[in-house]
Amino acid sequence: MSQAAELLQEKFPEEVVEVTEFRGETTIVVKPGRIVDICKALRDDNRTSYRYLSMIAGLDYLPQSPRFGVAYNLYSHKNKNRVTLKTLLTDDASPAIDSVVPVWSTANWHEREAYDMMGIRFRGHPDLRRILMPNDWVGHPQRKDYPLRGK
Amino acid sequence: MKRTETMLLNLGPSHPSTHGVLRVLLELDGELILRADPDIGYLHRGIEKMCEYRTYHRCMPLMNRLDYLAGEVNLFGFCLAMEKLLGIEVPKRAQYIRVMLAELTRIASHLFWLGTHGHDLGAMTPLFYAFREREKIMDLCEMVSGARMFPLYFRIGGLAADLPEAFIPAAWEFVKSFPEKHQDYHSLLTKNEIWIERTKDVGVMTADEALDWGWSGPMARGSGINWDLRRDNPYSSYEEFDFVVPLGKNGDTYDRYLVRMEEMLQANRIVRQALEKLADTPPGDIKAKDSRVSLPPKDAVYNDIAGLINHFKLIQEGITPPVGEVYQCIEAPKGEMGFYIVSDGSPQPFRLKIRGPSFINLSAMDKLARGRLLADSIALIGTMDIVLADVDR
Repeated sequence: MSQAAELLQEKFPEEVVEVTEFRGETTIVVKPGRIVDICKALRDDNRTSYRYLSMIAGLDYLPQSPRFGVAYNLYSHKNKNRVTLKTLLTDDASPAIDSVVPVWSTANWHEREAYDMMGIRFRGHPDLRRILMPNDWVGHPQRKDYPLRGK
Repeated sequence: MKRTETMLLNLGPSHPSTHGVLRVLLELDGELILRADPDIGYLHRGIEKMCEYRTYHRCMPLMNRLDYLAGEVNLFGFCLAMEKLLGIEVPKRAQYIRVMLAELTRIASHLFWLGTHGHDLGAMTPLFYAFREREKIMDLCEMVSGARMFPLYFRIGGLAADLPEAFIPAAWEFVKSFPEKHQDYHSLLTKNEIWIERTKDVGVMTADEALDWGWSGPMARGSGINWDLRRDNPYSSYEEFDFVVPLGKNGDTYDRYLVRMEEMLQANRIVRQALEKLADTPPGDIKAKDSRVSLPPKDAVYNDIAGLINHFKLIQEGITPPVGEVYQCIEAPKGEMGFYIVSDGSPQPFRLKIRGPSFINLSAMDKLARGRLLADSIALIGTMDIVLADVDR
């Protein structure tokens, strides 16, 4: 098992939902509630030291429920390995999760993009507004129920 | 009566130094920048969304159009992600050719950066020299595929075709002459007093800050982060190549300039090694022999029912990878270019997330610009080496 999975099993046993290995990559599915604590632990613990956030991807699994998810890809320069952290958001009507900007500054634009494209709210984000679409745009274009050629 | 108020200034959206369509809203106190807010999205084409409605094969032209100055490198990353998802190993010859084209593209991209960055800061001449060599690389791209900017030469599982005969001698000629041409650029800028004044101690980022802001590639290495995906997480046989990863010390614009300059020479070394390695591989061995991605030989299509069905399925339906999620990244000229593919087993990606290096590098604009002078903002945009098509996707 990867160091990240071990660490989370040890420190947040109730939060870890599933650990999967696919094509040499580790994906850890966690509950959304304590995402900031989990990210901080992964960043600061010497065994993992994921000090670099590669990307945040908003996910829309329509017609499944829970519908929305967020994936975080982390990299450790020390161990030269990666881990994907994934969480499914409980509220399908207005999905929200705590912002990880306090953990990595780079999360700022990633979260703005996920908000703009998927309509996922990041609680505590310092500046959550649209980033790619115009400010007065209605709807979130990358949702699965948003038509390809616009509304 | 004395009035004190700050001024808002629009830099862009169409300004020659914004390298595309970028608008930066600057709050100024005199010439001092108090706040810089990049406004992006002018080139947003919704590539991630479009891909969800296309077969994997039809996604590929769009990948070329992400960072259009290094078109083939983006496609490289996408193909590698797909091959990881499918569990395919590409023949050595195809791997070497991919490495060679990726490194040539890196040189072309860095040359474009050098020319425009210099030009933005008032050094007119480097542009002409840089474009002279870039043109040769464009010619090489044209040779393999017929197109200069968007070769679309890589395929999932290998390459579209083997190299044409004339390519190898032309590539050798470029590789041999490049180090000398590279000296020209050095002699124009490296010890140029104006250049040093404009770039030294401008846009300083410490290693810790660079990590926090998710910087990768030459941007991170300029701050002294010893990290290169080609060396640390090798793909496509990069572990067989010998190259040095140049590092900066101060994390300023000048150090990033030196890092990219040296990277061009190192890329040239890799191309040279790839050309040597190519000579030992069997010609024509450029596609994985896997019926999920490669069309069967014509003989099998005409004479064998299984071959015919295979051909029909691949053309009509497309490539169908297994259910799963992968993230694959490569060392693109501008940093870490990543592709996160969520597959539901259908011929279209369920979700494709592209991690463009320009997008991340630009997000630190406010941090770099605060407290600097207005003129420095031009140096900062140049040093970030952004391509707006990659920022907006």
